[in-house]
Amino acid sequence: MKILVCISKTPDTTSKIAFTDGNTKFDESGVQWIINPYDEWYSLVRAIELKEKDAAVSIHLITIGTADSEPIIRKALALGGDEAIRVNSNSSDAYFIATQIAEIAKQGGYDLIFTGKETIDYNGSSIGGMIAELTDAPYISLATKFELAGTTATITREVDGGEEVAEVDLPLVVSCQKGVAEQRIPNMRGIMAARTKPLKVVEPIAADTLSSIISYELPPAKAGVKLVAADNVSELARLLHEEAKVI
Amino acid sequence: MSVLIFIDQSDGHVKKSSLEAITYGADIAKQLGVAAEGIVLGTVSDDLTALGKYGISKVHQVNNNALNHVDAQLYAKIIAEAVTLSGAKVLVFSHNQTGKAVAARVAARLKAGIVSGACALPDTSNGFVVKKTVFSGKAFANISIHSDIKVISLNPNSYKTIVGEGTATIADLNIIVDPSRIKVTAINKVSGDVPLTEADIVVSGGRGLKGPENWGILLDLAKELGAATACSRPVGDAHWRPHHEHVGQTGVQIAPNLYIAIGISGAIQHLAGVNRSKVIVVINKDSEAPFFKAADYGIVGDAFEVVPQLTAAIKKMKASV
Repeated sequence: MKILVCISKTPDTTSKIAFTDGNTKFDESGVQWIINPYDEWYSLVRAIELKEKDAAVSIHLITIGTADSEPIIRKALALGGDEAIRVNSNSSDAYFIATQIAEIAKQGGYDLIFTGKETIDYNGSSIGGMIAELTDAPYISLATKFELAGTTATITREVDGGEEVAEVDLPLVVSCQKGVAEQRIPNMRGIMAARTKPLKVVEPIAADTLSSIISYELPPAKAGVKLVAADNVSELARLLHEEAKVI
Repeated sequence: MSVLIFIDQSDGHVKKSSLEAITYGADIAKQLGVAAEGIVLGTVSDDLTALGKYGISKVHQVNNNALNHVDAQLYAKIIAEAVTLSGAKVLVFSHNQTGKAVAARVAARLKAGIVSGACALPDTSNGFVVKKTVFSGKAFANISIHSDIKVISLNPNSYKTIVGEGTATIADLNIIVDPSRIKVTAINKVSGDVPLTEADIVVSGGRGLKGPENWGILLDLAKELGAATACSRPVGDAHWRPHHEHVGQTGVQIAPNLYIAIGISGAIQHLAGVNRSKVIVVINKDSEAPFFKAADYGIVGDAFEVVPQLTAAIKKMKASV
């Protein structure tokens, strides 16, 4: 039983969002980098839990990034996972990235591929579905619960206005979100072990880039809050009705 | 050449987010001087010809109840085939749960570039550039798609539905539906409630409400406004409210017309989930709560006093209209 967990590097959730070079580049100065929370808290931790139940499970991590993403993949290895693969590319195109992961997935013969539901920087929610298409596997997105019995997964997923429970046989691609697992903190033993775990670097295969980022914009600043006195609540109702016209 | 819009349905009804996607796709078609058509999968009880009012001339339908559940693999295959058959060059989805499952998969199948989470019409003056939200709503990116076929998924509540005149024709698409590899064993829908991501108004509570037993005042306000209810992360984590109500960076991201935050301090992670709301109202007893900086209207006061008064004021205002 082999699980491939997709890991990406994102700015910390409290990072100040700013751009440089005429709004064409994200300003990385002072930014703390973290493992994308959906990849870490939900998909990676769930894979580790599956391995804790069944020692025959092996977990490989994959990231697409340049050498500066290695601290992130080591941090992920400190939580768990047997080895990691870094595809050496700085591409931001979903199709290019998914093609690389699908290639590794085909070579490795994985039974299960986990992604986070999206990255918190690009918010694409695209990679999982693309990997599934490129490997011709079923895809369950927005999973909130994942159970495995033999080669059949029982998954709860978010649908419009509720949840749906589905059974799917492996191989399978799943995008994970809150509910699948709980956040863990790496311990010292894990951090030490991560230093010597194999981290293989491979060059990307040829693939088309179908999109590119031209520029960034920041939203216009808010005009500022209009405060209503706590003893004049009906004034708020009036403002929402007559001025904001939202009720 | 045409623009094809995926029409998402749930229990036989076309979703509101799809009406936005249809209006958006029809406007792209107008911009390009081509026809706009829709595609719907599964059995639908709504009158599909009426979708002509949103700007499409034709609805392709694969009328097969095996498609009433979303299977991304089947959907992608069928939609890609429909794109090829109809000669569409632009494919539009809503970036809702179904869109998140299917759009990128279709894009990969067609080898088409995708912009997911779009928030404005494409700029076609020089190439094909689409604006999308990034950094959880804290910024926008303009993305150029280079491929022949373009796929866009539109953020819910970011494009205004326009109702005009028109009738669409229905065309049955005879596409073979493979057996699904996904067996749906249970569906738990909160019936009667407004889905959070489609709601025009959302009333949300945080730790300031002190406990689940105090949610009544919030529910009363939501009921009066016909609003969906939401909560902050600590509230979801403490199981005061169901997990699917958690809005924020790691929860649901929403963009209603009106977001009323009660007893929520407004941590940056919470703001990331709600900052696309058009109007934000904050009710908090702490005047230093960071949420006031992101709000349009605010009341510094005790929620237990303010909220029932607001409900009463709205009720009174409605009665007098």
